[in-house]
Amino acid sequence: MNSVFEIIGPAMVGPSSSHTAGAVRIGLLARQLLGEAPVKVHIGLHGSFAATGKGHATDRGLIAGLLLWQPDDERLKDAIPLAEAGGMQISFEAVDLGETAHPNTARLELECAGGRRFTLTAASVGGGNVEVSEVDGFATLLSGSLDTLVAWHQDKPGFLAHVTAILACVSANIATIRTARRHRGSGALTVVELDAPPEPEVAALLAKIDHVERVRVLARLL
Amino acid sequence: MSTHFSKATELLALCEQHGKPICEITLEREIADTGTPREAIVERMTRYYGLMRESVHKGLAIDSLSPSGLSGGDARKLHAYSQSAAPLFGSQFARTIAYGFAVLETNAAFGRIVATPTAGSAGIVPACLLSLQETHGLSDEDAGRALFTAAGVGHIIGANACFSGAQGGCQAEVGSASSMAAAAIVEATGGTPQQALNAAAFALMNTLGLVCDPIGGYVEVPCVSRNGMYAVHSFLAATMALANARCVVPFDDVVIAMRDIGRRMPRALKETAEGGLATTPTGLRFPPAPAGAPARKKS
Repeated sequence: MNSVFEIIGPAMVGPSSSHTAGAVRIGLLARQLLGEAPVKVHIGLHGSFAATGKGHATDRGLIAGLLLWQPDDERLKDAIPLAEAGGMQISFEAVDLGETAHPNTARLELECAGGRRFTLTAASVGGGNVEVSEVDGFATLLSGSLDTLVAWHQDKPGFLAHVTAILACVSANIATIRTARRHRGSGALTVVELDAPPEPEVAALLAKIDHVERVRVLARLL
Repeated sequence: MSTHFSKATELLALCEQHGKPICEITLEREIADTGTPREAIVERMTRYYGLMRESVHKGLAIDSLSPSGLSGGDARKLHAYSQSAAPLFGSQFARTIAYGFAVLETNAAFGRIVATPTAGSAGIVPACLLSLQETHGLSDEDAGRALFTAAGVGHIIGANACFSGAQGGCQAEVGSASSMAAAAIVEATGGTPQQALNAAAFALMNTLGLVCDPIGGYVEVPCVSRNGMYAVHSFLAATMALANARCVVPFDDVVIAMRDIGRRMPRALKETAEGGLATTPTGLRFPPAPAGAPARKKS
């Protein structure tokens, strides 16, 4: 826990912090990582999310987050019809992600209008707090409780040195940094959690590093 | 100065070393950990307290059933009973229960609440503090400060166990909330940090083993009544602590027990609606629908 507001909070629309507010936050993180509204959404629900998700509005929460609504948005109960009216195709299924998966886990498969696909696996770990464990097939770990930079790039020597040099120039303190790759020299994903919001130009500077495909800045969850 | 703590023993040592209560040590920790100015943190907590009060008032006015049909209207009945001629244990007793009910009825009606520490346990801390404001003349500022006491206790639970019913059962939700509230009551009424942590220990110890088996998976039965009842329970624990009743098992050990019991608790009793109340003949009349399925027709 970083903050008292992970214990007292979030301010949210019911009925469940883990199944509703946590679901909104998973949707919010996915939407921010994607950078645009998805047109096709397929969501696998595991464990307690699958068993009791309907009564807890887990499905509506996830879609509300994909619409960039906050957990205290009172439109939550109407999220699915409103999203569908906006052209989003939505489907859900119960999935079994195995014994080791957290009981409140969702796996999101999203598709943009341009055809780009995106996947994210995240768990709602209690009290509205969440943990993302997979992005686009890369094993990772991010909670959204800190300001976060995410870069999709090629696995090349010196990449992290460029990242840390840019962050050093703007005096941004790195709380955690994690790089995952498929295999040597392949695509990779780096997640950097910071103690404060980065200067606005940081994302553009990171995007200029050789072999960087995409950079996203996630504001810490409210 | 480091104000970090993950155990009650460390928190007590910090309180003694600096001569400060739990609420102040917790606030100083927040400033250090997040880099947020004191005023902004206090302002946000005060705003949350306002939202808690709104969720109580909103719930007291509910006179219809929730979408599931499982709850609604009981906070109002309890509040009316508290104003009757000779309510049991005096009017404050029923009022406190009504406040706990009210938050959860608001929650079940898709209203706005503050998860404290979770939505399913969101009624307990607000019910206790609102009630205490009426009986002990606490200002809103005092109540806001008491939320930092509650959060300090929450930090210890979060670091050593968990808050989620799916992982730890109801003891992790309502048990945590009741222990946080008990400590907050003690400190807000002039008790010492040791007494506050004893209250937290008494409260959590008496919720060990509480399972999460809500009917149909809805956060309503038994959650709504449990929030009313465990608000009163927090006052029981606080009373024992303020009277200096002997606390044999310290809070840190009770948290270890809670974690251990949560791990051994069968999955069917951890927010899956696969056992307990959820699978009784009554419970089966409200089966959980899988997420994404069309809303169930009311028969």
